[in-house]
Amino acid sequence: MSTNSQQPEVHHPVIHRDDTAKKLGMWLFLFTELILFGGLFLVYSIYRYLNPEDFSNGSHHLDVGIGALNTMILITSSLTVALSITAIQKNKPKLAIGLIVFTIFCALLFMVNKYFEWGHKIHYDLYPGTELFKALKPGEGLFYVLYYFMTGLHMLHVVVGAILLGIMANYIRKGMITHDNYVLLENGGLYWHLVDLIWIYLFPLLYLIH
Amino acid sequence: MDEQKHHIVDYLTNIKVWVALAVLTILTVWVSEFNLATLTVAVALSIATIKAILVLSYFMHLKFDSKILIIMVLVTLVIFLSMIIFTFFDYLYRK
Repeated sequence: MSTNSQQPEVHHPVIHRDDTAKKLGMWLFLFTELILFGGLFLVYSIYRYLNPEDFSNGSHHLDVGIGALNTMILITSSLTVALSITAIQKNKPKLAIGLIVFTIFCALLFMVNKYFEWGHKIHYDLYPGTELFKALKPGEGLFYVLYYFMTGLHMLHVVVGAILLGIMANYIRKGMITHDNYVLLENGGLYWHLVDLIWIYLFPLLYLIH
Repeated sequence: MDEQKHHIVDYLTNIKVWVALAVLTILTVWVSEFNLATLTVAVALSIATIKAILVLSYFMHLKFDSKILIIMVLVTLVIFLSMIIFTFFDYLYRK
């Protein structure tokens, strides 16, 4: 380091920054999220083991097409968040903001699909509390309760993630996230990727395993 | 530490990961059309796990970050898997 004689040692007022610790803190939070969803996966697996027929019937009624479309939307949005981090690292803030805006657009698309998916079921009275729902076999009822709860909780994370990314885009605009200080965007990205990771498991468990 | 912090995953690598994720998604939907009997769950979860590893390593940057993060993720996964395995022991051998 001392070989460069062009640069005399100037003592800037050093602001202490610990990016590794910031990331570590984010990961610790993600672990709690993993256990939160993990608990639900566990409940789902146990009840599926106890009611294999009913769960299979239930999952046959889910729309694989919409599920697959939403999977594609989420992995694409994950890509654009990752690309926005690359863009900010290469000092292209405008591109980074554009990519984040696209990600939020994907989040909205995901929600619109979910609206139609849930709306279709609710239209046919397929939700807890209705006469139709009471007439279902107990296992099938359980499947739908878990379906609504897990996808609902996941949806909540999509909403929170989109808001977080919106805040990050604003930080880039204000110059608070720059090419040499982007750990906030990385952490926002980590949250978004977690949303994607959970969906990667929710999709086959709920829609594909008949 | 400094070098790790500045590692940049270039655009092309990210796009390649996306292509792999898209192909695996199509594969998992396609495979689910067949009746694989007892293998269905195993196949679906294996494909999901390959996708998860791709997202964790590249998009979430674990491959390039400090090794301590990988260790922490593995410890959490072990806790999570024990939670599942021990609960299943209970249900499998319940009379």
